[in-house]
Amino acid sequence: MSILDLTALELSAAIKEKKYTVTDAVKAVLDRIKECEEDFNCYVTVDEEGALSKALSVQKGIDDGTLTGPLAGVPVAVKDNMCTEGLLTTCSSKILYNFVPTFSSEAVLALEKAGAVIIGKTNMDEFAMGSTTETSFFGPTKNPRNPEHVPGGSSGGSASAVAANECFFALGSDTGGSIRQPASYCGVVGMKPTYGRVSRYGLIAYGSSLDQIGPLCKDVADCAAVMEAICTYDPKDSTSVSRDDNDFTSALKDDVQGLKIGIPRDYFKEGLDDEVREAVLKAVDVLKSKGAIVEEFDLSLVDYAIPTYYTIAAAEASSNLERFDGIKYGYRTEEYNGLHNMYKKTRSEGFGDEVKRRIMLGSFVLSSGYYDAYYLKALKVKALIKKAFDEAFSKYDVIVGPVAPTTAPLLGKSLSDPIAMYLSDIYTISVNLAGLPGMSVPCGTGKEGLPIGIQFIADCFKEKNIIRAAYAYECASGNYHKSVTCGKDGE
Amino acid sequence: MIMTTYETVIGLEVHVELATKTKIFCGCSTQFGGEPNTHTCPVCTGMPGSLPVLNRQVLEYAVAVGLATNCDITRYCKFDRKNYFYPDNPQNYQISQLYLPICRNGHVDIETKDGTKPVRIHEIHMEEDAGKLIHDEYDDCSYVDFNRSGVPLIEIVSEPDMRNADEVIAYLEKLKMTIQYLGASDCKLQEGSMRADVNLSVRPVGQKEFGTRTEMKNLNSFKAIRRAIEGETERQIDIIESGEKVIQETRRWDDNAGDSYAMRSKEDAQDYRYFPDPDLVPISITDDFISSIKEKEPEFRDEKKARYTSEYSLPEYDADIITGSKRMADVFEQTVKCGADPKKVSNYLMGETMRILKEKELDPQDITFSSEALAKLIKLQESKSINGTVAKEVFEVLFFEDIDPEEYVKEKGLMTVNDEGALKAVVEEVIANNPQSVNDYKSGKEKAIGFLVGQTMKAMKGKADPASVNAMLKELLK
Repeated sequence: MSILDLTALELSAAIKEKKYTVTDAVKAVLDRIKECEEDFNCYVTVDEEGALSKALSVQKGIDDGTLTGPLAGVPVAVKDNMCTEGLLTTCSSKILYNFVPTFSSEAVLALEKAGAVIIGKTNMDEFAMGSTTETSFFGPTKNPRNPEHVPGGSSGGSASAVAANECFFALGSDTGGSIRQPASYCGVVGMKPTYGRVSRYGLIAYGSSLDQIGPLCKDVADCAAVMEAICTYDPKDSTSVSRDDNDFTSALKDDVQGLKIGIPRDYFKEGLDDEVREAVLKAVDVLKSKGAIVEEFDLSLVDYAIPTYYTIAAAEASSNLERFDGIKYGYRTEEYNGLHNMYKKTRSEGFGDEVKRRIMLGSFVLSSGYYDAYYLKALKVKALIKKAFDEAFSKYDVIVGPVAPTTAPLLGKSLSDPIAMYLSDIYTISVNLAGLPGMSVPCGTGKEGLPIGIQFIADCFKEKNIIRAAYAYECASGNYHKSVTCGKDGE
Repeated sequence: MIMTTYETVIGLEVHVELATKTKIFCGCSTQFGGEPNTHTCPVCTGMPGSLPVLNRQVLEYAVAVGLATNCDITRYCKFDRKNYFYPDNPQNYQISQLYLPICRNGHVDIETKDGTKPVRIHEIHMEEDAGKLIHDEYDDCSYVDFNRSGVPLIEIVSEPDMRNADEVIAYLEKLKMTIQYLGASDCKLQEGSMRADVNLSVRPVGQKEFGTRTEMKNLNSFKAIRRAIEGETERQIDIIESGEKVIQETRRWDDNAGDSYAMRSKEDAQDYRYFPDPDLVPISITDDFISSIKEKEPEFRDEKKARYTSEYSLPEYDADIITGSKRMADVFEQTVKCGADPKKVSNYLMGETMRILKEKELDPQDITFSSEALAKLIKLQESKSINGTVAKEVFEVLFFEDIDPEEYVKEKGLMTVNDEGALKAVVEEVIANNPQSVNDYKSGKEKAIGFLVGQTMKAMKGKADPASVNAMLKELLK
């Protein structure tokens, strides 16, 4: 068994037992990246030098007993929309092609404190706008399970890197499903924490009221451990919440006896592929057989989630992305005639089509005369959606459903019809609108070997309910991470 | 021909820079005048990934100003983003308040020639200041300095309740005084810590509807405000009289030219696409918060003035001038506390202090001398250790330098010579050397003694008490 097949927790235990050094782990990952990148394109930047030197200092910390945590010495990949001090951070956009931050995001600092070693920055949809990682300025990432297909998005690089063993775990961000959907497409575990659990300081904002950083891992246990490391109160983020229930690993118990699971009928209606429906319902049966109480219910307002989400996210994005103007950092057009021409050319050349589409949509819904009709109305619907979930969670501990209507689409098929692409977010975006935690766990394989994910949703700050259900399912199903072939090992 | 008489209608938007030590959304210093971009961080330079966190002191000052101007405090308030592109605005949106400003529906009373008049305040909102652009004509490029970016401001928006320049100045003086007394800002127009934009329209007397208004910017002194109001009133009346229409626009006042020019009209007004800033959580203001601010409320000018006349028996005139600046009033009270006679302190403040301030074009806010020093100086004079002329000289030094008047007087040998014998010898010499003046005096020209006193003071190098010299001369010339 290769070192690369270990989970993050197994690796760190093996390092502590001196079976491997941190450098062994980092080198193994770097070699794997060299092998696979041509096939998958998971990374925008690989920090070989930084990772190797960090490996030595972390090893020292482990040896002298200062680094004792479960992530010490574990190589991690970070989505390229989280600032890393001194390391290129592009959001997979031309407009930030040369941007090197002067500070690291809080979540990255938390991982560094835990002794994780940052290997590099992963590819993504430009500014996290997209569901396929095809809108990246640096080219699409491919799904390691089947490179003809997309890995999902926007955290496609992070999901692929975990699936392809090009890291032991990764950080992603989820604004409308950007962790859970690629996790589902790539067959890894991905969690979007409750809004406010993880500091957004240093995360380059897309939709500020919806964005949340979270882990993509090989299994549920790794996911719980990473959550414990990155969920911290941060006074630099006004929306950060101080909690004393961050002991997520305490929920890793193979026991769902009496756990109340709600199945929203609306999530199994038209538009859902049969193979996905079957796989998810089969997984629900597994939980039922282990003693969970399962009940169907109607979650209202599901059809309103997509227009609400695209109104709010685009509005916030149109404002958040104003700072990319060619003045202070990033790309500036070569030739221009005066200030306004510079702004116009820089932004026209620096942003891709999907980003421009959302900036225009967002500017429109905030325009005078339209604000009340669109943006304000969307905020009201958002509040109603939250209320619908509140009602559901008065009855259920966990809501279970699919992550996406289908398995990963073929490369090159999605961007020509943006509306269809937006519609594929239907099962994930309500979770962001309501600020809830959600997780995608592999629950089977469909045609062409493409993974299917099951989604667990809980009430705000009830991540432990999710972890408990997901862990019990994982134990029963044996759907553990399996490595994929690439490059040489595929020949 | 019947001449139409017009009425001017004026409303003000006043920006006040708050006196916090740090910026509104980050920990950077608000100090004025640092090297460019030295008081900056990722937040106030709009770096990707940075997030704002509200400085609580800003909220306290804003609420304090709101309470002092009789406003309702908005118990659930939010910040909004005002979106516009400009290089001094690092995020290309300004964090401000549109939908739920912190204070609403207030008023202040001003004194006019027709008596007391309320000027209503529509709202007060909190916002961040922008950076500063420095244009380099030589290099044909612009630089941006973000030191000022994120300095906290409140904007006080009045209703269109003022009718002439006098009322506008009275309103501004009232705001300035209230805010200075609260310690919320130093309110210096020249330095831009208080900035007023004048919204002005004219209408025939008796007409109910408002005329079309213009907004005047770049008014850096009360004098400029007065001139701009008068100039704009005249310009609008001329337009109407000639049968044209006033255009709603923003104009920039050029005080040197005594004229204004259009900056932008309503047509090219930008759509700021305001929406609630998702990075800042809504603020809930509790009763406790409000009462804690009320408790800290200082004695305002009117109460102080009344106390000065009753407690210190100051003439009303003195009390009015001294309380006209919070700093001046503080200096007055501290000096009196050091044991100096109130009227004498008042004389120093109204006389010498005001003279030096005027000469050096300083504001009472700029007073830095210590009250202990002034009290000592007054005591030296009272005990006749120095005379009035010397005291003035010492005060001038004391105003700018941190000196101990007692030691300074000793060191420089400025003490009055109280040795009768020595003085007598000098006086006798002066009498001997000036027979003409002596004769003049003796033949009834009383004024001649002044010359002899002067000669004696000169010979004594100023270190004598002029009254004693006068008395001795009279005695010897009997």
